Amino acid sequence: MKITVSGVTKEVNDGLTLPDLIELENVETPQYVTVSVNEEFVEGEARETGRLKDGDVVEFLYFMGGGR
Amino acid sequence: MALTDEQLERYSRHIILKEIGAKGQKKLLNAKVLIIGAGGLGAPAAMYLAAAGVGTIGIADADVVDLSNLQRQIIHSTADIGKPKVESARETMNAMNPDVNVITYHDFVSASNVRELVRDYDFILDGTDNFPAKFLINDACVLEGKPFSHAGIIRFKGQLMTYVPGRGPCYRCVFKNPPPKDAVPTCKQAGVIGAMGGVIGSLQAMEAVKYITGVGELLTGWLLTYDAIKMEFHKVKLPADTHACPVCGDHPTILEPIDYEQAACDLKR
Repeated sequence: MKITVSGVTKEVNDGLTLPDLIELENVETPQYVTVSVNEEFVEGEARETGRLKDGDVVEFLYFMGGGR
Repeated sequence: MALTDEQLERYSRHIILKEIGAKGQKKLLNAKVLIIGAGGLGAPAAMYLAAAGVGTIGIADADVVDLSNLQRQIIHSTADIGKPKVESARETMNAMNPDVNVITYHDFVSASNVRELVRDYDFILDGTDNFPAKFLINDACVLEGKPFSHAGIIRFKGQLMTYVPGRGPCYRCVFKNPPPKDAVPTCKQAGVIGAMGGVIGSLQAMEAVKYITGVGELLTGWLLTYDAIKMEFHKVKLPADTHACPVCGDHPTILEPIDYEQAACDLKR
């Protein structure tokens, strides 16, 4: 199936879970990264077990604390 | 009030823009913008806003200029080392544009003073370097009904979003709570490329100018990220549903700003 991750469309295995994708994408400090799928935040249990579907649009929103 | 001949000349490149014109320039001259943090983000933002003729610019920072700041904080010079950043920033802004009334706050921003601080301003820029301050500014702006620009920078990356009351999610809608101290690297630990403050801080100034003049689309409901390594900008559409947010939602549980434990980039010198 095809999903779009951070604006890039890619081919992934059917039934890929969010934790699988987080590992695949080498997401840094994933416990502190906000995840959205199709413009909705994914939290709690859905975050741990949720399976992705063909056409899903996934975004990782990272904390950036610097500025001075 | 009519623009003087000198103002017509100084702001001629603004006035000639059909979106700004003399009307927009007068709005800028009558506007009050607060910049919290006179550093990597605040320095370029303050300079562009001063150059643009924003009539009143408040600038808050408790720090003094340090040699390690000068790789990116272009509002300060080598001769300013040891001087309060807000003083150095005021001098640079007024040297460029004496029209601007600069109000300095040489103080830490905390739960006890932040609401009062933002209350006097039309638009607020978050140029701070730590999560407690970013949440503090978000909550204060939501509670006071003030629009603001959030930004963060680290290594070769930067992000920003704009909050306008009633027009989309706030910072807390997206990031919930500050990460535990040291869980996410700071600039001091991880470094930051100097021009990143210029890119993202200038975008914050751009949002402020657009908000004041009413020109174009703001980054409300969007998080813009910039990756200098890949040389890519990416605009992430944020969920529109803000009902459950503990500060800007329908049933808020955060009714006052919170002082979280400090984990700044460079608190000690």
